[in-house]
Amino acid sequence: MTTSRLTDSQRVVVTGLGATTPLGGDVASTWSAMLAGQSGVKVLTEDWVDMLPVQIAAPVAVDPSEVLPVPQIKRMDRSGQFALIAAREAWSDAGTPEVDPERMGVVIASGIGGVTTLLAAYDTLKERGARRVLPMTVPMLMPNGPAAVVGLELSARAGVHTPVSACSSGAEAIAYAVDMIRSGRADVVTAGGTEAAIHALPLAGFAAMQALSTRNDEPERASRPYDKGRDGFVLGEGAGVVVLETLEHARARGAKVYAEVAGTGISADAHHIAQPDPVGAGASRAMAQAVRSAGATPADVRHINAHATSTPVGDLAEVQAIRRALGDATDGVCVSSTKSVTGHLLGAAGAVEAIATILAIHDRKAPPTANLEDLDDDVSLDVVRGEPRELPDGELLALNNSFGFGGHNVAVAFRTVEQ
Amino acid sequence: MAASEQEILEGLAEIVNEETGIPAGDVQPDKSFTDDLDIDSLSMMTIVVNAEEKFGVRIPDDDVKGLSTVGDAVSYIQKASA
Repeated sequence: MTTSRLTDSQRVVVTGLGATTPLGGDVASTWSAMLAGQSGVKVLTEDWVDMLPVQIAAPVAVDPSEVLPVPQIKRMDRSGQFALIAAREAWSDAGTPEVDPERMGVVIASGIGGVTTLLAAYDTLKERGARRVLPMTVPMLMPNGPAAVVGLELSARAGVHTPVSACSSGAEAIAYAVDMIRSGRADVVTAGGTEAAIHALPLAGFAAMQALSTRNDEPERASRPYDKGRDGFVLGEGAGVVVLETLEHARARGAKVYAEVAGTGISADAHHIAQPDPVGAGASRAMAQAVRSAGATPADVRHINAHATSTPVGDLAEVQAIRRALGDATDGVCVSSTKSVTGHLLGAAGAVEAIATILAIHDRKAPPTANLEDLDDDVSLDVVRGEPRELPDGELLALNNSFGFGGHNVAVAFRTVEQ
Repeated sequence: MAASEQEILEGLAEIVNEETGIPAGDVQPDKSFTDDLDIDSLSMMTIVVNAEEKFGVRIPDDDVKGLSTVGDAVSYIQKASA
């Protein structure tokens, strides 16, 4: 068993969780659906769907219009609305800490930014002219918009940031937040990711890459990581946000602590703009770095919330990467892909799955991978299926993997904290 | 027939309410858009464009600067649509 090499003023812990996802409008409903293996994937009913080969996606379970007042909705892209809802839950869950605004940071990532705002504004421009383009168009479409919205809400003045690294953006936000705290720039950082890209254009683009499942007649069974019958990912939307602070800061204010962000690892493939390195070299370096920076060894890892999006190539590249990073210790690790129920939330994925990883070690239950009926012969992993897997007593270390188009790899190691 | 001053006030109050959430009853002729109603320039431009559409008038950007109170806007729209 490892012990942290860091002092309480250097150890960064998670004290608040917030989410709005295809499974629920908050963390509790999202987590219980993950444990139950309930899918959030649906047949789309928008009028543009008929022109697309892919007619399924995973929209949020609770639309922001049910939560936020209309004037606020009008001034924010949907991705900003998700981020605000998740950040409010996380901040409240953290006990609305009293923090000097100049010591408070925000890092909210997005993979694509305000794409539905951009496309709607272009329709307005073409159909009704320049004068009808809303003055809020630019603040709504900019990818840092959601981070700025959350920064305004919390009056965060230590820095507001938006990492953009496709599907690893949400995880990179958490890694960046840890760096902000450890480097002394902030005492408390609200971090996560958001995405709202369920629209004809992104769907058509991903479909053109052959990246999406076309199992239109069986939406709930379409996202099936590691299964022989997987045929691509399902596009999801939503946001996940966590509140991070030093263990010293959390203890001083008597906050509850979910877990420690024990280590982070970031690497790049420099292999291909959209294909993963087939042997997973870059991804394995990110995982190894996360374990090493946690002061741990591969044998300490008990659980991985995998990136596993349900694409034929990507899932297998990650299997290679896990084996390369953990070696024989891989056999002692249970692996889950919660994308089997949420779909792929792109820039929010790493944040929502960080929450799933944190709760897995906190509640000692790894969620099942839904729709795994016929395990791919090349997946040499202990994949959790059917029921949640009980995790053992004692200190637990878990990894959350996120990889993005562009060859971005991020792994974050979470560890249980003695209360 | 052009709208009456009261009709314009009510229509404008509705637009302001939709854009900002300010209760329509608070949108009175003596109120300043910036000092009393706390409406920023971005919301003001959206209100202007929506008012143009609703009342069938054109309010050039240079003229918007002269509309400091709700009453100024009501009179402007009434004149422009007369």
